[in-house]
Amino acid sequence: MTLTINGEERAFGTLSNVAALVAELGLDARKVAVERNLEIVPRSAYLQTAIADGDRIEIVHFIGGG
Amino acid sequence: MDGSIQQGDTWTVAGRTFTSRLIVGTGKYKDYAENAAAAEAAGAEIVTVAVRRVNLSDPNQPMLVDYVKPDRFTFLPNTAGCFTGEDAIRTLRLAREAGGWDLVKLEVLSNTKHLLPDMEETLRALKLLVSDGFQVMVYCTDDPVYAKKLEEAGAAAIMPAAAPIGSGRGIQNFLNLGLIIEQSSVPVLVDAGVGTASDAVLAMEIGCDAVLMNTAIAEARSPILMADAMKHAVIAGREAFLAGRMPKRMYAEPSSPLSGLI
Repeated sequence: MTLTINGEERAFGTLSNVAALVAELGLDARKVAVERNLEIVPRSAYLQTAIADGDRIEIVHFIGGG
Repeated sequence: MDGSIQQGDTWTVAGRTFTSRLIVGTGKYKDYAENAAAAEAAGAEIVTVAVRRVNLSDPNQPMLVDYVKPDRFTFLPNTAGCFTGEDAIRTLRLAREAGGWDLVKLEVLSNTKHLLPDMEETLRALKLLVSDGFQVMVYCTDDPVYAKKLEEAGAAAIMPAAAPIGSGRGIQNFLNLGLIIEQSSVPVLVDAGVGTASDAVLAMEIGCDAVLMNTAIAEARSPILMADAMKHAVIAGREAFLAGRMPKRMYAEPSSPLSGLI
């Protein structure tokens, strides 16, 4: 499946849900926030939120800022 | 925490009470370790943070939260880099999910040269955020008219720029800042433009509730030492404000009595 993650198109094997995607990317789910097709995905719903081919995903975290 | 020597002198924003009146940013430091040390030296209880895309090519790179820890500091997520209300709301909804906090700093910028806020868009974004349940501290111009509109729209704090972000030029309009302090019933903070300790003292002396700064500490030759200087400056300015300054006079007043001279 192909997803657009943080503006970049990337190919993946089959990913069942957001939790699988976050794990596949090697990210700590406690330190990021995920938006799927402009909708926030609550951390508690990662397992229940399916990923579909063509989804646009944003994954953000806190960095230094003023 | 020794953010204030005056016992019991605290300030409250959106129902949260703090002792330290110095909020520090977390940008522009050499690394996150220096950043964390500066925040400690400043005695800060609140730090501002930005929200950005994770680096997918290197998921193991250092993360802010591993150094400046959310259980030690109240994180104040900002909307730096947002130029529309919609951008700001999208960013802060992600921040709320990442951190679980609803206290945020709204800044909607107009132009990359001076980074002064677009007040029409800021006010519109504030209304959207308030209706979405956020507690919003608002970066704004030092215009008392807009400051009042922000307060009426539900701002949790009014945060006028003393001077453009990162300019280090200190308070440019004491008159306007004083008017904003006088008219506001929510906390007023100088946000942006502080260059050195005396700027922070002046902000506190005229009655600001707190000061927010980033570059003045991060770009000092020794950020840790400047953070400590700023801590003392904010305390000194606050205590001078509470103490009430002497009147200014045209002519001298001798400190030693003139009677009883030999």
